Amino acid sequence: MRNRTKKAAMLAGVALPAMLWAGVLTHQAQAAESLTQEGNGYLALMNEMGGNPADFNIDDGKKLWTEKRGPKKASMEQCNLGLGPGVLKGAYAQLPRYFADTGKVQDLESRLITCMETLQGFTEQQAEHDAFAKESGNATPLVNMAMYVAHESDNMKIAIPQNTPEEKLAYENGKKLFFYRAGPFSFSCATCHSESDKRIKISALPNLTMTGPKGAAVSYATWPAYPNSQGVARTLEWRMLACFRQQRFPMPKMTSNAVIDLITYMGVNSNGATLHTPSFKR
Amino acid sequence: MKRTTLFVLMTAAAGVLGGCAGMNQSASTSGNPFDTESFQSILKNDFAPKGQAKLDRLVQTKQQYECSKYEYLGKPMPAEMRKKLESEAMAGIVYPKDGQYMGDWKAGLKIAQDGKGLQWSDDPSKPSGGNCLACHEMIKNDPSQGNLGPSLVDYGKLRGNSEAILKYTWGRIYDSAAYNACSWMPSFGAHKILTEQQMKDVMALLMDPKSPVNAN
Repeated sequence: MRNRTKKAAMLAGVALPAMLWAGVLTHQAQAAESLTQEGNGYLALMNEMGGNPADFNIDDGKKLWTEKRGPKKASMEQCNLGLGPGVLKGAYAQLPRYFADTGKVQDLESRLITCMETLQGFTEQQAEHDAFAKESGNATPLVNMAMYVAHESDNMKIAIPQNTPEEKLAYENGKKLFFYRAGPFSFSCATCHSESDKRIKISALPNLTMTGPKGAAVSYATWPAYPNSQGVARTLEWRMLACFRQQRFPMPKMTSNAVIDLITYMGVNSNGATLHTPSFKR
Repeated sequence: MKRTTLFVLMTAAAGVLGGCAGMNQSASTSGNPFDTESFQSILKNDFAPKGQAKLDRLVQTKQQYECSKYEYLGKPMPAEMRKKLESEAMAGIVYPKDGQYMGDWKAGLKIAQDGKGLQWSDDPSKPSGGNCLACHEMIKNDPSQGNLGPSLVDYGKLRGNSEAILKYTWGRIYDSAAYNACSWMPSFGAHKILTEQQMKDVMALLMDPKSPVNAN
Protein backbone atom coordinates (compact mmCIF):
# COMPACT_ATOMS: atom_id res chain seq x y z
CA MET A 1 0.00 0.00 0.00
CA ARG A 2 2.71 2.40 1.06
CA ASN A 3 4.74 1.63 -2.05
CA ARG A 4 1.71 2.05 -4.21
CA THR A 5 0.96 5.43 -2.73
CA LYS A 6 4.51 6.47 -3.53
CA LYS A 7 4.16 5.14 -7.02
CA ALA A 8 0.95 7.06 -7.48
CA ALA A 9 2.58 10.20 -6.17
CA MET A 10 5.46 9.80 -8.62
CA LEU A 11 3.06 9.24 -11.47
CA ALA A 12 1.11 12.32 -10.48
CA GLY A 13 4.35 14.30 -10.25
CA VAL A 14 5.10 13.60 -13.89
CA ALA A 15 1.57 13.76 -15.17
CA LEU A 16 0.31 16.80 -13.29
CA PRO A 17 2.53 19.50 -14.82
CA ALA A 18 1.82 18.10 -18.27
CA MET A 19 -1.88 18.14 -17.62
CA LEU A 20 -1.79 21.63 -16.21
CA TRP A 21 0.10 22.83 -19.28
CA ALA A 22 -2.47 21.16 -21.50
CA GLY A 23 -5.12 22.79 -19.32
CA VAL A 24 -3.82 26.24 -20.20
CA LEU A 25 -4.21 25.43 -23.90
CA THR A 26 -7.72 24.18 -23.33
CA HIS A 27 -8.59 27.41 -21.57
CA GLN A 28 -7.31 29.50 -24.42
CA ALA A 29 -9.26 27.40 -26.87
CA GLN A 30 -12.45 27.84 -24.96
CA ALA A 31 -12.41 31.57 -24.36
CA ALA A 32 -16.16 31.69 -24.04
CA GLU A 33 -16.12 29.38 -21.06
CA SER A 34 -17.36 31.20 -17.98
CA LEU A 35 -14.99 31.99 -15.14
CA THR A 36 -17.05 29.77 -12.87
CA GLN A 37 -16.29 26.72 -14.99
CA GLU A 38 -12.73 27.75 -15.75
CA GLY A 39 -11.52 27.12 -12.20
CA ASN A 40 -12.48 23.50 -12.49
CA GLY A 41 -11.30 23.03 -16.08
CA TYR A 42 -8.12 21.22 -15.10
CA LEU A 43 -10.17 18.72 -13.09
CA ALA A 44 -12.34 17.95 -16.10
CA LEU A 45 -9.19 17.35 -18.11
CA MET A 46 -7.67 15.09 -15.47
CA ASN A 47 -10.90 13.09 -15.31
CA GLU A 48 -10.88 12.72 -19.08
CA MET A 49 -7.31 11.41 -19.01
CA GLY A 50 -8.02 8.96 -16.19
CA GLY A 51 -5.27 7.19 -14.23
CA ASN A 52 -6.78 8.11 -10.90
CA PRO A 53 -4.61 7.24 -7.87
CA ALA A 54 -7.80 5.96 -6.22
CA ASP A 55 -7.62 3.00 -8.64
CA PHE A 56 -5.13 1.56 -6.15
CA ASN A 57 -7.72 1.91 -3.38
CA ILE A 58 -10.23 0.05 -5.52
CA ASP A 59 -7.72 -2.78 -6.02
CA ASP A 60 -7.09 -2.95 -2.28
CA GLY A 61 -10.80 -2.85 -1.55
CA LYS A 62 -11.41 -5.70 -3.98
CA LYS A 63 -8.82 -7.84 -2.21
CA LEU A 64 -10.19 -6.96 1.22
CA TRP A 65 -13.66 -7.99 0.07
CA THR A 66 -12.75 -11.65 -0.36
CA GLU A 67 -10.19 -11.79 2.46
CA LYS A 68 -11.18 -13.67 5.62
CA ARG A 69 -10.93 -11.04 8.36
CA GLY A 70 -12.14 -10.27 11.87
CA PRO A 71 -12.89 -12.50 14.87
CA LYS A 72 -15.18 -14.65 12.70
CA LYS A 73 -12.53 -15.06 9.99
CA ALA A 74 -15.11 -14.37 7.30
CA SER A 75 -15.10 -12.38 4.06
CA MET A 76 -17.48 -9.58 3.05
CA GLU A 77 -18.69 -11.52 0.01
CA GLN A 78 -22.16 -12.16 1.46
CA CYS A 79 -22.69 -8.51 2.45
CA ASN A 80 -26.19 -7.31 1.53
CA LEU A 81 -25.94 -3.73 0.28
CA GLY A 82 -29.62 -3.55 -0.59
CA LEU A 83 -29.87 -5.68 -3.72
CA GLY A 84 -29.35 -9.01 -1.97
CA PRO A 85 -26.37 -10.81 -0.40
CA GLY A 86 -23.28 -10.54 -2.57
CA VAL A 87 -24.81 -8.21 -5.18
CA LEU A 88 -22.44 -5.30 -5.75
CA LYS A 89 -23.33 -4.14 -9.25
CA GLY A 90 -25.59 -1.10 -8.93
CA ALA A 91 -25.85 -1.28 -5.13
CA TYR A 92 -24.08 2.02 -4.49
CA ALA A 93 -26.29 3.78 -7.04
CA GLN A 94 -29.25 3.00 -4.76
CA LEU A 95 -27.70 4.07 -1.44
CA PRO A 96 -28.67 5.45 1.06
CA ARG A 97 -31.72 3.23 1.50
CA TYR A 98 -33.78 1.64 4.29
CA PHE A 99 -32.63 -1.73 5.65
CA ALA A 100 -35.22 -3.79 7.53
CA ASP A 101 -32.60 -5.78 9.48
CA THR A 102 -31.15 -2.69 11.14
CA GLY A 103 -34.34 -0.61 10.94
CA LYS A 104 -32.27 2.29 9.61
CA VAL A 105 -31.59 4.27 6.48
CA GLN A 106 -27.92 3.55 5.75
CA ASP A 107 -25.34 4.95 3.39
CA LEU A 108 -22.42 3.00 1.96
CA GLU A 109 -20.04 3.24 4.93
CA SER A 110 -22.78 2.64 7.46
CA ARG A 111 -23.84 -0.53 5.65
CA LEU A 112 -20.25 -1.72 5.26
CA ILE A 113 -19.81 -1.34 9.02
CA THR A 114 -22.98 -3.42 9.57
CA CYS A 115 -21.48 -6.19 7.42
CA MET A 116 -18.11 -5.95 9.18
CA GLU A 117 -19.97 -6.42 12.46
CA THR A 118 -22.42 -9.16 11.47
CA LEU A 119 -20.29 -11.16 9.01
CA GLN A 120 -16.80 -10.62 10.35
CA GLY A 121 -17.50 -10.04 14.04
CA PHE A 122 -15.78 -6.65 14.33
CA THR A 123 -17.07 -4.30 17.00
CA GLU A 124 -18.52 -1.01 15.79
CA GLN A 125 -15.48 0.74 17.23
CA GLN A 126 -13.07 -1.53 15.37
CA ALA A 127 -15.02 -1.17 12.14
CA GLU A 128 -15.02 2.64 12.31
CA HIS A 129 -11.42 2.92 13.49
CA ASP A 130 -9.57 5.81 11.80
CA ALA A 131 -12.32 6.22 9.27
CA PHE A 132 -10.88 9.43 7.89
CA ALA A 133 -7.21 9.07 7.00
CA LYS A 134 -4.78 11.94 7.54
CA GLU A 135 -4.00 14.09 4.52
CA SER A 136 -1.63 12.20 2.21
CA GLY A 137 -1.94 9.18 4.51
CA ASN A 138 -3.18 5.75 3.63
CA ALA A 139 -6.91 5.16 3.33
CA THR A 140 -8.42 2.71 5.82
CA PRO A 141 -9.87 -0.72 4.94
CA LEU A 142 -13.36 0.77 5.26
CA VAL A 143 -12.63 3.50 2.70
CA ASN A 144 -10.87 1.08 0.36
CA MET A 145 -13.90 -1.22 0.40
CA ALA A 146 -16.19 1.78 -0.11
CA MET A 147 -14.12 2.84 -3.15
CA TYR A 148 -14.40 -0.68 -4.56
CA VAL A 149 -18.11 -1.09 -3.98
CA ALA A 150 -18.88 2.40 -5.35
CA HIS A 151 -16.79 1.72 -8.46
CA GLU A 152 -18.96 -1.34 -9.15
CA SER A 153 -21.74 1.20 -9.89
CA ASP A 154 -19.54 3.34 -12.17
CA ASN A 155 -21.45 4.58 -15.23
CA MET A 156 -24.77 3.53 -13.71
CA LYS A 157 -27.70 5.83 -13.04
CA ILE A 158 -28.33 7.07 -9.50
CA ALA A 159 -31.68 5.72 -8.28
CA ILE A 160 -31.98 6.33 -4.53
CA PRO A 161 -35.32 5.00 -3.31
CA GLN A 162 -37.92 7.12 -1.52
CA ASN A 163 -40.38 4.33 -0.79
CA THR A 164 -40.52 3.86 2.96
CA PRO A 165 -41.48 6.46 5.62
CA GLU A 166 -37.91 6.18 6.97
CA GLU A 167 -36.42 7.05 3.57
CA LYS A 168 -38.77 10.03 3.22
CA LEU A 169 -37.93 11.22 6.73
CA ALA A 170 -34.19 10.95 5.98
CA TYR A 171 -34.66 13.19 2.92
CA GLU A 172 -36.75 15.73 4.84
CA ASN A 173 -34.39 15.92 7.82
CA GLY A 174 -31.44 16.18 5.43
CA LYS A 175 -33.18 19.12 3.79
CA LYS A 176 -33.81 20.74 7.18
CA LEU A 177 -30.17 20.36 8.20
CA PHE A 178 -29.13 21.72 4.80
CA PHE A 179 -30.97 24.98 5.53
CA TYR A 180 -30.14 25.14 9.25
CA ARG A 181 -28.09 28.27 9.93
CA ALA A 182 -26.08 28.27 13.10
CA GLY A 183 -22.70 28.99 14.65
CA PRO A 184 -20.65 32.19 14.80
CA PHE A 185 -20.72 32.60 11.00
CA SER A 186 -24.48 31.87 10.70
CA PHE A 187 -23.71 29.51 7.83
CA SER A 188 -25.88 26.69 6.57
CA CYS A 189 -25.07 24.39 3.66
CA ALA A 190 -27.39 26.67 1.68
CA THR A 191 -25.00 29.63 2.14
CA CYS A 192 -22.72 28.19 -0.53
CA HIS A 193 -24.86 25.56 -2.25
CA SER A 194 -28.32 26.98 -3.00
CA GLU A 195 -27.64 29.08 -6.10
CA SER A 196 -26.23 28.23 -9.51
CA ASP A 197 -23.05 29.64 -11.10
CA LYS A 198 -21.47 30.57 -7.77
CA ARG A 199 -17.82 30.26 -6.78
CA ILE A 200 -15.84 30.30 -3.58
CA LYS A 201 -12.55 31.82 -4.65
CA ILE A 202 -12.01 30.05 -8.00
CA SER A 203 -13.83 26.82 -7.15
CA ALA A 204 -17.25 26.25 -8.66
CA LEU A 205 -19.95 25.58 -6.07
CA PRO A 206 -22.60 23.02 -7.01
CA ASN A 207 -26.25 24.00 -6.42
CA LEU A 208 -27.29 21.07 -4.26
CA THR A 209 -30.94 22.14 -4.03
CA MET A 210 -31.42 21.58 -7.75
CA THR A 211 -32.30 18.35 -9.53
CA GLY A 212 -31.15 17.53 -13.07
CA PRO A 213 -27.66 17.18 -14.53
CA LYS A 214 -26.56 20.72 -13.52
CA GLY A 215 -27.76 20.46 -9.93
CA ALA A 216 -26.68 18.32 -7.00
CA ALA A 217 -25.45 15.61 -9.39
CA VAL A 218 -22.49 17.79 -10.46
CA SER A 219 -21.01 16.98 -7.09
CA TYR A 220 -22.83 13.89 -5.86
CA ALA A 221 -22.29 11.74 -8.97
CA THR A 222 -18.51 12.16 -8.82
CA TRP A 223 -17.97 10.80 -5.29
CA PRO A 224 -16.13 8.82 -3.92
CA ALA A 225 -13.14 10.67 -5.28
CA TYR A 226 -9.48 11.56 -5.10
CA PRO A 227 -9.28 15.22 -4.01
CA ASN A 228 -5.87 16.57 -5.08
CA SER A 229 -5.74 18.80 -2.00
CA GLN A 230 -6.04 15.73 0.23
CA GLY A 231 -3.66 13.29 -1.42
CA VAL A 232 -5.85 10.40 -0.30
CA ALA A 233 -9.12 8.86 -1.51
CA ARG A 234 -12.22 10.29 0.14
CA THR A 235 -15.92 9.45 0.39
CA LEU A 236 -19.00 11.61 0.85
CA GLU A 237 -18.97 11.02 4.62
CA TRP A 238 -15.63 12.82 4.74
CA ARG A 239 -16.94 15.63 2.51
CA MET A 240 -19.79 16.34 4.95
CA LEU A 241 -17.22 16.59 7.74
CA ALA A 242 -15.11 19.06 5.75
CA CYS A 243 -18.12 21.27 4.98
CA PHE A 244 -19.26 21.37 8.62
CA ARG A 245 -15.76 22.36 9.70
CA GLN A 246 -15.88 25.33 7.35
CA GLN A 247 -19.41 26.12 8.52
CA ARG A 248 -17.87 26.48 12.01
CA PHE A 249 -20.18 23.77 13.33
CA PRO A 250 -19.12 21.09 15.82
CA MET A 251 -18.04 17.80 14.23
CA PRO A 252 -20.72 15.51 12.79
CA LYS A 253 -20.37 11.92 13.94
CA MET A 254 -19.45 9.31 11.35
CA THR A 255 -22.50 7.43 9.94
CA SER A 256 -24.86 9.52 12.08
CA ASN A 257 -28.32 10.50 10.84
CA ALA A 258 -26.99 14.02 10.36
CA VAL A 259 -24.55 12.80 7.70
CA ILE A 260 -26.71 10.07 6.16
CA ASP A 261 -29.74 12.37 5.91
CA LEU A 262 -27.71 15.09 4.17
CA ILE A 263 -26.31 12.50 1.76
CA THR A 264 -29.86 11.27 1.15
CA TYR A 265 -31.04 14.82 0.39
CA MET A 266 -28.20 15.41 -2.08
CA GLY A 267 -28.48 11.92 -3.50
CA VAL A 268 -32.21 11.99 -4.18
CA ASN A 269 -31.72 15.40 -5.82
CA SER A 270 -29.17 13.65 -8.07
CA ASN A 271 -31.42 10.78 -9.11
CA GLY A 272 -31.20 10.04 -12.83
CA ALA A 273 -27.61 11.24 -13.18
CA THR A 274 -24.77 8.88 -14.13
CA LEU A 275 -22.12 8.00 -11.55
CA HIS A 276 -18.46 8.65 -12.40
CA THR A 277 -16.33 7.29 -9.58
CA PRO A 278 -13.55 7.63 -8.68
CA SER A 279 -13.04 11.14 -10.01
CA PHE A 280 -10.43 13.80 -9.40
CA LYS A 281 -11.46 16.70 -7.23
CA ARG A 282 -9.86 19.87 -6.00
CA MET B 1 -26.38 42.05 20.19
CA LYS B 2 -26.68 42.87 23.89
CA ARG B 3 -25.57 40.12 26.20
CA THR B 4 -28.96 39.93 27.96
CA THR B 5 -30.79 39.56 24.65
CA LEU B 6 -28.40 36.85 23.57
CA PHE B 7 -28.92 35.04 26.86
CA VAL B 8 -32.71 35.13 26.51
CA LEU B 9 -32.46 33.87 22.92
CA MET B 10 -30.08 31.07 23.87
CA THR B 11 -32.29 30.00 26.77
CA ALA B 12 -35.33 29.94 24.50
CA ALA B 13 -33.44 28.02 21.84
CA ALA B 14 -32.05 25.59 24.42
CA GLY B 15 -35.67 24.80 25.27
CA VAL B 16 -36.22 23.98 21.61
CA LEU B 17 -33.06 21.83 21.57
CA GLY B 18 -34.25 19.97 24.64
CA GLY B 19 -37.39 19.01 22.75
CA CYS B 20 -40.98 18.94 23.89
CA ALA B 21 -43.34 16.08 24.56
CA GLY B 22 -45.78 14.95 21.93
CA MET B 23 -43.83 16.12 18.91
CA ASN B 24 -44.48 13.96 15.91
CA GLN B 25 -41.84 12.60 13.57
CA SER B 26 -41.77 14.77 10.48
CA ALA B 27 -44.19 17.67 10.95
CA SER B 28 -44.46 20.10 13.81
CA THR B 29 -47.55 21.78 15.16
CA SER B 30 -45.74 24.91 16.33
CA GLY B 31 -44.91 26.16 12.83
CA ASN B 32 -41.25 25.55 13.62
CA PRO B 33 -40.10 22.91 11.10
CA PHE B 34 -37.04 22.11 13.22
CA ASP B 35 -39.18 21.35 16.26
CA THR B 36 -39.68 17.65 15.57
CA GLU B 37 -38.44 14.78 17.65
CA SER B 38 -36.32 13.28 14.88
CA PHE B 39 -34.67 16.55 13.86
CA GLN B 40 -33.98 17.56 17.46
CA SER B 41 -32.38 14.15 17.94
CA ILE B 42 -29.97 14.97 15.11
CA LEU B 43 -28.94 18.22 16.81
CA LYS B 44 -28.69 16.54 20.20
CA ASN B 45 -26.94 13.27 19.31
CA ASP B 46 -25.18 13.51 15.95
CA PHE B 47 -22.53 16.14 16.61
CA ALA B 48 -19.50 16.05 18.88
CA PRO B 49 -17.59 19.01 20.28
CA LYS B 50 -14.16 19.37 18.71
CA GLY B 51 -11.51 21.99 19.46
CA GLN B 52 -13.20 25.32 19.95
CA ALA B 53 -16.39 24.19 18.15
CA LYS B 54 -18.67 23.20 21.02
CA LEU B 55 -22.26 21.98 20.85
CA ASP B 56 -23.70 25.37 21.89
CA ARG B 57 -22.97 26.48 18.33
CA LEU B 58 -25.99 24.45 17.18
CA VAL B 59 -28.34 26.73 19.13
CA GLN B 60 -29.78 29.25 16.70
CA THR B 61 -30.16 32.96 17.29
CA LYS B 62 -33.57 34.38 16.43
CA GLN B 63 -32.24 35.70 13.10
CA GLN B 64 -30.66 32.35 12.21
CA TYR B 65 -33.89 30.53 13.06
CA GLU B 66 -36.24 32.83 11.15
CA CYS B 67 -34.02 32.86 8.04
CA SER B 68 -33.49 29.07 8.09
CA LYS B 69 -37.20 28.46 8.48
CA TYR B 70 -38.24 30.41 5.39
CA GLU B 71 -35.30 29.13 3.36
CA TYR B 72 -36.26 25.54 4.21
CA LEU B 73 -39.94 26.19 3.45
CA GLY B 74 -38.97 27.94 0.20
CA LYS B 75 -41.23 30.86 1.08
CA PRO B 76 -40.42 34.56 1.25
CA MET B 77 -40.10 35.96 4.76
CA PRO B 78 -43.02 38.26 5.64
CA ALA B 79 -42.00 41.93 5.29
CA GLU B 80 -42.87 42.60 8.92
CA MET B 81 -40.44 39.94 10.22
CA ARG B 82 -37.79 41.16 7.80
CA LYS B 83 -38.06 44.71 9.14
CA LYS B 84 -38.04 43.48 12.71
CA LEU B 85 -34.82 41.48 12.24
CA GLU B 86 -33.16 44.37 10.43
CA SER B 87 -34.02 46.94 13.09
CA GLU B 88 -32.87 44.61 15.85
CA ALA B 89 -29.55 44.03 14.07
CA MET B 90 -29.23 47.79 13.44
CA ALA B 91 -29.75 48.54 17.13
CA GLY B 92 -26.90 46.19 18.01
CA ILE B 93 -24.25 47.87 15.84
CA VAL B 94 -21.42 49.39 17.86
CA TYR B 95 -19.59 52.15 15.96
CA PRO B 96 -15.92 52.94 16.69
CA LYS B 97 -15.74 54.73 20.03
CA ASP B 98 -13.13 57.20 18.79
CA GLY B 99 -15.16 58.00 15.66
CA GLN B 100 -12.22 56.83 13.57
CA TYR B 101 -13.31 54.29 10.91
CA MET B 102 -10.08 53.79 9.01
CA GLY B 103 -7.18 51.52 9.88
CA ASP B 104 -4.37 50.19 7.71
CA TRP B 105 -5.36 48.83 4.29
CA LYS B 106 -2.30 46.54 4.15
CA ALA B 107 -3.42 44.80 7.34
CA GLY B 108 -6.95 44.81 5.88
CA LEU B 109 -5.77 42.98 2.77
CA LYS B 110 -4.25 40.22 4.91
CA ILE B 111 -7.53 39.88 6.81
CA ALA B 112 -9.46 39.76 3.51
CA GLN B 113 -7.22 36.90 2.31
CA ASP B 114 -7.25 34.91 5.56
CA GLY B 115 -9.79 32.09 5.71
CA LYS B 116 -8.83 30.82 9.13
CA GLY B 117 -10.69 31.33 12.36
CA LEU B 118 -13.29 29.65 14.57
CA GLN B 119 -13.09 26.26 12.86
CA TRP B 120 -12.44 23.25 15.11
CA SER B 121 -9.04 22.97 13.42
CA ASP B 122 -8.04 26.58 14.11
CA ASP B 123 -5.93 27.86 17.00
CA PRO B 124 -8.35 29.90 19.15
CA SER B 125 -5.49 32.07 20.46
CA LYS B 126 -4.84 33.48 16.97
CA PRO B 127 -6.97 36.27 15.45
CA SER B 128 -9.60 35.20 12.90
CA GLY B 129 -9.49 36.23 9.27
CA GLY B 130 -12.37 37.81 7.36
CA ASN B 131 -11.90 35.81 4.15
CA CYS B 132 -13.65 38.58 2.15
CA LEU B 133 -12.08 37.35 -1.11
CA ALA B 134 -13.74 33.94 -0.78
CA CYS B 135 -17.05 35.60 -1.69
CA HIS B 136 -16.29 39.10 -3.05
CA GLU B 137 -14.26 40.28 -5.98
CA MET B 138 -12.12 43.07 -4.51
CA ILE B 139 -9.07 43.19 -6.73
CA LYS B 140 -9.24 43.60 -10.48
CA ASN B 141 -8.02 40.74 -12.68
CA ASP B 142 -7.47 38.27 -9.85
CA PRO B 143 -9.42 35.14 -10.82
CA SER B 144 -9.23 33.53 -7.37
CA GLN B 145 -12.07 35.54 -5.86
CA GLY B 146 -15.59 34.32 -5.27
CA ASN B 147 -18.93 35.66 -6.44
CA LEU B 148 -21.31 34.74 -3.61
CA GLY B 149 -21.39 38.42 -2.69
CA PRO B 150 -21.33 41.50 -4.94
CA SER B 151 -18.11 42.84 -6.46
CA LEU B 152 -16.39 45.44 -4.29
CA VAL B 153 -13.87 46.59 -6.92
CA ASP B 154 -13.51 50.41 -6.76
CA TYR B 155 -15.68 50.42 -3.62
CA GLY B 156 -14.38 53.70 -2.20
CA LYS B 157 -13.77 55.31 -5.59
CA LEU B 158 -17.41 54.82 -6.59
CA ARG B 159 -18.98 55.81 -3.28
CA GLY B 160 -16.71 58.44 -1.73
CA ASN B 161 -16.04 58.63 1.99
CA SER B 162 -18.93 60.64 3.39
CA GLU B 163 -19.97 59.98 6.99
CA ALA B 164 -23.09 58.17 5.69
CA ILE B 165 -21.04 55.81 3.52
CA LEU B 166 -18.55 55.13 6.33
CA LYS B 167 -21.38 54.35 8.74
CA TYR B 168 -23.19 52.15 6.22
CA THR B 169 -20.02 50.23 5.35
CA TRP B 170 -19.14 49.73 9.00
CA GLY B 171 -22.68 48.48 9.65
CA ARG B 172 -22.48 46.02 6.76
CA ILE B 173 -19.29 44.52 8.18
CA TYR B 174 -20.49 44.63 11.80
CA ASP B 175 -23.84 42.98 11.11
CA SER B 176 -24.99 42.69 7.52
CA ALA B 177 -28.45 41.58 8.72
CA ALA B 178 -29.12 45.23 9.64
CA TYR B 179 -29.47 45.97 5.91
CA ASN B 180 -30.65 42.59 4.63
CA ALA B 181 -32.33 40.41 7.26
CA CYS B 182 -31.12 37.12 5.80
CA SER B 183 -27.83 38.24 4.29
CA TRP B 184 -25.42 35.33 3.89
CA MET B 185 -22.54 37.45 5.15
CA PRO B 186 -21.24 36.61 8.62
CA SER B 187 -21.90 39.24 11.32
CA PHE B 188 -18.23 40.02 11.83
CA GLY B 189 -18.76 42.50 14.66
CA ALA B 190 -21.96 41.27 16.29
CA HIS B 191 -20.64 37.71 16.50
CA LYS B 192 -17.15 38.86 17.54
CA ILE B 193 -15.38 37.27 14.57
CA LEU B 194 -13.19 40.33 13.93
CA THR B 195 -11.97 42.89 16.45
CA GLU B 196 -12.76 46.60 16.12
CA GLN B 197 -9.21 47.24 14.87
CA GLN B 198 -9.50 44.46 12.26
CA MET B 199 -12.78 45.93 10.99
CA LYS B 200 -11.10 49.32 10.71
CA ASP B 201 -8.34 47.73 8.64
CA VAL B 202 -10.93 46.16 6.30
CA MET B 203 -12.65 49.58 6.10
CA ALA B 204 -9.35 51.07 4.94
CA LEU B 205 -8.98 48.34 2.32
CA LEU B 206 -12.40 49.30 0.96
CA MET B 207 -12.05 53.08 1.19
CA ASP B 208 -8.36 54.07 0.89
CA PRO B 209 -7.58 55.39 -2.62
CA LYS B 210 -4.18 53.66 -2.45
CA SER B 211 -5.54 50.21 -1.61
CA PRO B 212 -5.67 47.62 -4.41
CA VAL B 213 -9.48 47.84 -4.26
CA ASN B 214 -9.41 51.44 -5.52
CA ALA B 215 -5.99 51.98 -7.12
CA ASN B 216 -7.12 50.84 -10.56
